[in-house]
Amino acid sequence: MNLMLPDSGLLFWMTIIFAIVFFLLAKFGFPVITGMVEKRTKRIDDAIGAAREAESKLMGLASQQEKMIEEARAEHDRILKEAAAERDRLIAAAQEQARAEAGKIMDETRERIRQEKEAALRDIRREVAVLSVSIAEKVVRKELSTDAGQQELVDRIFDELT
Amino acid sequence: MCRSMRWIALILIGMLGFAAQPAAASGSQEEKVDVAEVIFGHIGDSYGWHITEWNGSHVVIPLPCIVRSSTGWHVFMSSKIEHGHAYKGLFIAEEGRYADKIVEMGPDGNLVRPFDISITKNVASLMFGSALLVLLVLSCARWYRKHDAVEKAPGGFTGLMEMMVMMVHDDLIKDAVGPDHRKYAPYLLTAFFFIFLNNLLGIVPFFPGGANLTGNIAVTFVLAMCTFLAVNLFADRHYWKEIFWPDGPIFLKCPIPILQVIEILGMFTKPFSLMIRLFANIMAGHAMILGLVSVIFVAARIGPVIGGSMTVITMLFGVFMDCLELLVAYIQAYVFTMLSAVFIGLSRQGAHAENQ
Repeated sequence: MNLMLPDSGLLFWMTIIFAIVFFLLAKFGFPVITGMVEKRTKRIDDAIGAAREAESKLMGLASQQEKMIEEARAEHDRILKEAAAERDRLIAAAQEQARAEAGKIMDETRERIRQEKEAALRDIRREVAVLSVSIAEKVVRKELSTDAGQQELVDRIFDELT
Repeated sequence: MCRSMRWIALILIGMLGFAAQPAAASGSQEEKVDVAEVIFGHIGDSYGWHITEWNGSHVVIPLPCIVRSSTGWHVFMSSKIEHGHAYKGLFIAEEGRYADKIVEMGPDGNLVRPFDISITKNVASLMFGSALLVLLVLSCARWYRKHDAVEKAPGGFTGLMEMMVMMVHDDLIKDAVGPDHRKYAPYLLTAFFFIFLNNLLGIVPFFPGGANLTGNIAVTFVLAMCTFLAVNLFADRHYWKEIFWPDGPIFLKCPIPILQVIEILGMFTKPFSLMIRLFANIMAGHAMILGLVSVIFVAARIGPVIGGSMTVITMLFGVFMDCLELLVAYIQAYVFTMLSAVFIGLSRQGAHAENQ
């Protein structure tokens, strides 16, 4: 028996069977597996890249958000400050107006009091004049009831005139 | 506890040797255990698939014989020509050039070997192994067709196959072949899994394994031939220039083409080494294991004590050898694929250089 001599029958079958196996596996077997795995590898690489990109984008977003919050806070402060100033201004204006109004009312009142007072004084003066005239009339009437009194009066008036 | 268990196991194995002794003795007292015949009978080929011996008779699965003799085509089962029977002038030669092969008597009285494409044990094992390989790989490929393999990875057996395929594809083929590995990957993967699966089937000691298929020169010859064709059919200009006008001193090339002769020899020695390496490794592994098993029966004839103790030793050696053969089954498939990939890569060096 020669182990080193290839047997023709086995050679024949091996050639045919190996060719069939090779054909089947090369057409339907290994390329499917390797192709799919390579696709998956590519998919995973892509996914990792996308994740990295998303992460950096997220970092950017976070800083942007921080900036926005900062801005909002500043705006808030500014608005509050403005509102306070406005309020102060309004109150001051109102006070001013109230003071002016009050002054005006006071002035008017004072004027009216003065006018009332003057009117009252005028009335009193007239009354006094009337009273004094009537008193004088009564006095004169009484003094002139006698001839001596009338003579004296005429004399005094003459004196006074001269 | 563990130590005593170990001793009990050893004693039990030893008793197997005692058991073998009367069995061997009862077979036939005078007949020696012909170790060489057992080993060569196994690592060679046969027309029937011998499974075991039961109650003194052989249990053999008959396989079809397909022969074209001087009287035309004959198809018959191997059981018809067992034990020296002849069928239509065809019989198995006892000895001589055509020992254990189907022959017919020629007109001049010499034995003539007819054209013989019988389904022998190795061919049957080849068919079984190939069918199994195709089934395994195509069932894995089917998973990829049925699932969205881009989005999810397979588990279980398909996952194991994917791991092995990608290990061979990425570590061996991609690195060794270079940029256009896609073209060669199917052949190299087929070669790897064909060799690996048949190596493993060869280690399985019972039907349908146990045939010495990858340890047969015809099988390794075809595999090496495929690599030879893959290297030389698609080689680039650079490769042929290296063979017919290699770099070197001009006086070694011009009047007497010494370098060219060496290069052309190299074309053939590369696949030849692939063929011999795989054949010799697997054949030697089978022979070693069978030799160790035979030692049990040889020692059992000498005496119970030696038989028992030798059984223990040979069992331990046998376990060691089987583990080694598992390793060799993988390594030889790996080496064959790797060297094929390297040879192909060398034949495509020009393309590689151009791409760079």
